[in-house]
Amino acid sequence: MSYIPHTDLERQQMLAAIGVTTIEDLFEAVPSSHRFPRLNLPAPLSEMEVSSELQAFAEANEHAGEFAIFRGAGAYHHFSPSAINHLLLRGEFYTAYTPYQPELSQGTLQATFEYQSMLCALTGMDAANASHYDGATSLAEAVTVAYEVGRGKRKKVILSPGIHPMYREVTRTYHQGRDIKIVGDKGRADLSDLIDMLDENTAMLAIQYPNYFGQIEDLAKLAEKVHEVGALLVMVVNPTALALFKSPGELGADIVVGEGQPLGIPLSFGGPYLGFFACRTEYVRKIAGRIVGETVDTQGRKAYVMTLRPREQDIRRDKASSNICTNQGLMALAACIYLSLMGKHGLRKVAELCYHKAHYAAAQIDALPGYSVDMSKPFFHEFVVKCPKPVSEVNQALIERGIIGGVDLGADYPGMTDHMLLAVTEVNSKDEIDALVEALKQV
Amino acid sequence: MKIPTDVKYTKNDEWVRIEGDTATIGISDFAQDALNDIVYLELPDVGAAIEQGKAFGVVESVKAASDLYMPIGGTVTEVNKPLVDEPETINTDPYGKGWMIKIKVKNAAEADSLMDSAAYEAFCADR
Amino acid sequence: MSKKNKKPTATLPADATNGAATTVVESPTEPAVEVPPAASSTDATLPAKAPAPQVLEPLIYDLGSPGRVGVLLPALDVPEADLPKDLLRGDLDLPEVSELQVVRHFVKLSQLNFAIDKGFYPLGSCTMKYNPKLNEDTARLPGFAHLHPLTDDEGAQGALALMHQLQGWLGEISGFRHVSIAPAAGAQGEFAGILMIRKYHLERGDTKRTKILIPNSAHGTNPATVTMAGFTAVELPADVDGNVDLEALRAACDDTVAGMMITVPNTLGLFEAHILEVIQLVHDCGGLMYMDGANMNALMGVVKPGELGFDVMHYNLHKTFSTPHGGGGPGSGPVGVNEKLAPYLPGPIAAIIEEAATPEDAPLYGLVMPEKSIGRLKAFHGNFGMHVRAYTYIRIHGASGIQNITRHAVLNANYIRVNLQGEYTIPHNRYCGHEFVLEGHWEDVPDIHALDISKRLMDYGFHPPTNYFPLIVPEALMIEPTETEDKATLDTFISAMKQIAAEAKSDPDLLRTAPRTAPVTRLDEKRAAKELVLCCRPIPEWAE
Repeated sequence: MSYIPHTDLERQQMLAAIGVTTIEDLFEAVPSSHRFPRLNLPAPLSEMEVSSELQAFAEANEHAGEFAIFRGAGAYHHFSPSAINHLLLRGEFYTAYTPYQPELSQGTLQATFEYQSMLCALTGMDAANASHYDGATSLAEAVTVAYEVGRGKRKKVILSPGIHPMYREVTRTYHQGRDIKIVGDKGRADLSDLIDMLDENTAMLAIQYPNYFGQIEDLAKLAEKVHEVGALLVMVVNPTALALFKSPGELGADIVVGEGQPLGIPLSFGGPYLGFFACRTEYVRKIAGRIVGETVDTQGRKAYVMTLRPREQDIRRDKASSNICTNQGLMALAACIYLSLMGKHGLRKVAELCYHKAHYAAAQIDALPGYSVDMSKPFFHEFVVKCPKPVSEVNQALIERGIIGGVDLGADYPGMTDHMLLAVTEVNSKDEIDALVEALKQV
Repeated sequence: MKIPTDVKYTKNDEWVRIEGDTATIGISDFAQDALNDIVYLELPDVGAAIEQGKAFGVVESVKAASDLYMPIGGTVTEVNKPLVDEPETINTDPYGKGWMIKIKVKNAAEADSLMDSAAYEAFCADR
Repeated sequence: MSKKNKKPTATLPADATNGAATTVVESPTEPAVEVPPAASSTDATLPAKAPAPQVLEPLIYDLGSPGRVGVLLPALDVPEADLPKDLLRGDLDLPEVSELQVVRHFVKLSQLNFAIDKGFYPLGSCTMKYNPKLNEDTARLPGFAHLHPLTDDEGAQGALALMHQLQGWLGEISGFRHVSIAPAAGAQGEFAGILMIRKYHLERGDTKRTKILIPNSAHGTNPATVTMAGFTAVELPADVDGNVDLEALRAACDDTVAGMMITVPNTLGLFEAHILEVIQLVHDCGGLMYMDGANMNALMGVVKPGELGFDVMHYNLHKTFSTPHGGGGPGSGPVGVNEKLAPYLPGPIAAIIEEAATPEDAPLYGLVMPEKSIGRLKAFHGNFGMHVRAYTYIRIHGASGIQNITRHAVLNANYIRVNLQGEYTIPHNRYCGHEFVLEGHWEDVPDIHALDISKRLMDYGFHPPTNYFPLIVPEALMIEPTETEDKATLDTFISAMKQIAAEAKSDPDLLRTAPRTAPVTRLDEKRAAKELVLCCRPIPEWAE
């Protein structure tokens, strides 16, 4: 199989034009000692054969298409309208490059502008960028912004232990070469403990909303306290939850980041996902990544273009605050189409379905002997269940009944052995929830 | 290109006008021309003490961004606030209304390392 | 030239040729793409009191009507729970549109884009090759698309086996034994590489290495990466032939050098003539060698960077291995390393955690973190959907197909180069790799720039090359045809480039006012940067 169109005759004509006899002649600059090594790869296959090989790989997985799934922890199985995939498969979108030439990229640019607008509406922020790699890297980039806003003088970053463990790990990976101290998340600090850590050296404080355990904490005084010391409040949010709960803008956040996967993007074993990033106007020149703005062409027609370009790595080079180049453009388009289809009423309905079903499941499970659900705080669509047995055993029993159970919290939170994080979304029917409850009862 | 004789210049194209222990700082005509349409300016707070050669702000055009460096060290006493709202003034009047900050000079001898107009003219011609 | 001549020439569709249908190499002057009637070329000036600007397609928000719903969701099938009233938000300002409106809107937007599926896209350093349709299908198989990232190893054997095999194949192609496919894009792969170099030195107690050397022809991501990792970037000049200046390198090499980042072939499209010496010099001073693999399309089956002596490199799956660019992503930027850096690889990595009991059985695959890993670069395990596409792509090509990719990419680039060397200045004009750089200007028409040539190419139906990069060539135009373009397409492009060179002298306004056939003309970028309209919705008062 080959996607190379050259015929023998054309190859000969082209070689003659160049003035060589073989293609190999073109590689004379490569050290001859290392030129043309053997490639130990399998022989080519036909499209038909490759297709069935991949089919076999795919079928070897236990996936949400065949199992009832109650696993979330940062990646959620939601309903995705058919139109999204059909539109994403338009070659004009997915075989285009970054819109450096605006005259030939108005489709991507306008869709990105619409995406930014919808993210502003959801988060209550003034501006959003065109995306980061995922929610975790968005948080890591927020740290860079806060550090720059503090002009490099504020070196302390406070992270809540209620932020996704992987997001905190990624933030540490990103800043290992910089003079930044990350604190707050190693023990079981609650909000008031985090507030006590604030001082004049603090660049930012970040919390997750709802937190990793699905809960909505009381954030009434938080922004005020953070701003009193001149630090930024960063919120890591679930976009579906924002259709139901107060927007971060209303709660006083300065930067809002999160994972956009719930907005019509498949689970896909962890990627590609969508890191969204929104902030207040005063920080817009500090943020990394691409931003699309509105303008006009020479004929006065409204048009869109990447703006604030001088912040980016290809222009600022070693002075740029981030090296991001390729982002998650097509995933931002997916979210834009999803939010258009769901719209004002649909997204709220999705959030309400998630909320009610999760609360139904939580109540049923809490009533089971040996199980208890943490209902100490309001929660959205995830909750923590204390199990009578190790979570791995519970999950083993569930998978035998066609159910993918929750995440074992013991690995990341030492005090939470036998605690399971369960997620319920609009795709989980009452029958599935009842089957889960029945299965747990029998474990 | 305008290269007034009453100010001194840096290799980063800032100019400084020293009057007693006060110095006024901006960027040269050469610099504004190279940057082209300036759309954004970021300046320090009054009271900031910044050493010679350290960054005191950022100037940004559609196509480029550039850090601004202190020609000589000192404490910022005044910031040209209207300029932040209309940074395009730097393009039209770089040595006048386009001034950026005034400082209280810490060590006047630092000015000895700067170029006078003739030296700066030669420096620009070489680029 | 008559119309009977079969040789491909640069022309536009008949409706765009201003009625001059009897000649062939006429230049395009009228819009080939539909534009709103009032915006025809006769209406070139703005009215004195500008009304609201005309739009190509309204914003999705402007298409809606209050109460309209795009998707029907199922009714609630469980009892309603109490909602915590004081925690709820007010209005949610999203569009209110029907499914058909959404479909038409985004189809219309798609039509405003140029794309590989529409035409030739010789964007240098981006490898805009054909993206096989099969890859899109395999990535969307339910067993991949609906697989939760936190699935227990036993339940994800298909995905893990695929990742493990892809790591192996990428390693084989580059000559590196250890590969992590966790990085989400090339820039993240670079970052991982430099963090590994940092940790390697620190673990050996070598704390004085603070510098990374970078040739001045480097991609912008390289110096930005170095700064992010806490190092200082030191730029090295090129010599007269476009290679790294060995004298300057020798002078820069000391015990403060942590390593060097270099692109091979370099951004001029040229293979470094002294690559083995460069590697030796840096190794001799204790530094490590990083290869930016953005140009891997010029190397597959030709040379293995690991065998040349590089310590680490990144791949761009969305370039070389044709996982699509998606209008700006998602990408995937795996890193390959030798034994020195293997303990520091970013994780997790797919590994065999239990060998197969018998030859008929499959081993048990799992995810592991290398012992001294620089850490996790994103949540979960990389852009898996891109891994499926790259796997599909390598599998269908096999060893011979992979070699043929590079050979034909290099053949195509050289063919365009020799055909344009009369009309354009080509610095360092020798055999190039998969791309080359020419100067987009002429001394006798000083006010015509590379940008004007780029915009004029749009009128001929081509996407422009990369502009103004690398920075070391004045008015650079970087041309990368890729292997999937046929000779006829290349000939048409060559003809258009020659035509534009002639127009630049005979009628430069054609270039200055281009494009005329794109959906919009040139944009007011100053206005965009000054007014900063980044969002079309007002922020509600309650959120202020």
